[in-house]
Amino acid sequence: MQACLFYLFAALTLLCGVLVIANPFTRNPVTSAMFLVLTIVSLAGLFVLLHAFFLAAVQILVYAGAVMVLFLFVIMLLDLKEEERRKIKAGAGVLGLAAAGGIALLMIAVIRQSNAGVGLKPASAEGSTLDLGKRLFTDYALPFELISLVLLVAMIGTVLLSKKDLK
Amino acid sequence: MDPSKSQLMQYVPVLMLAVVAVLFSAGTLAASSLLGKRARRSAVKDTAYECGMLPVGEGNTRLSIKFYLVAMLFILFDIEVVFLYPWAVNFKGMIREQPGLIFGSMAGFMVVLFIGYIYALKKGAFDWKQ
Repeated sequence: MQACLFYLFAALTLLCGVLVIANPFTRNPVTSAMFLVLTIVSLAGLFVLLHAFFLAAVQILVYAGAVMVLFLFVIMLLDLKEEERRKIKAGAGVLGLAAAGGIALLMIAVIRQSNAGVGLKPASAEGSTLDLGKRLFTDYALPFELISLVLLVAMIGTVLLSKKDLK
Repeated sequence: MDPSKSQLMQYVPVLMLAVVAVLFSAGTLAASSLLGKRARRSAVKDTAYECGMLPVGEGNTRLSIKFYLVAMLFILFDIEVVFLYPWAVNFKGMIREQPGLIFGSMAGFMVVLFIGYIYALKKGAFDWKQ
């Protein structure tokens, strides 16, 4: 049952991910954004199967909720008609495919070398949020503090960029 | 029963909800295309019925940059709140053993973000009319 669901969610993730960037039926960016939502939700399904319940909830809350709203706003800030008219040049397509293939090969090689997941057991059955928080606030307290700086930089950057014309 | 299994079982209703949602939307679409009669479409029939403005011009108008600012600030504070969940879950257990760590880490986190909040407030980022 779990293996079935894993393959279902994995296939959905891959299929929707391809449809985000290469939808044969439409080049509407809003359609791509909706497929990105589906990709994110099926990734959340994979997280649940890996017993990462907190990550799954955050994936839905932050990515499918907040980040997608931002994407849609950005899409609506652009001139869509101009984007839809734009033709993809053959040379650019070939180069893009080559670059994507190279990155994919590199990632596969790195993942195979790193022995990721070998000897790992699924997170302890009860309260993975508890374990995650414990690690976050003890071993990883410094990275946690640095996250606040990253968020601060993003906040200041956004305000600076979009309020530039005023005073 | 294996406890890890039982926690996964709690998500079965979520899965059922997803299946029902997909089946319902696909079912209504299929039913309306199977049962409904194909209408003969013409330019006159496709106009807005009885009331409403005639659709003229671009369908998608470009939004003001202000929406982007609000959405971005929303995400940033959303991420801040996300870190509060594991903190709140751990607070009771850790306050006895490492009170400085559990309290100080979140206090530092909040102070930095509060600086950002004050900055956005002073710059008028929450002021819609500006």
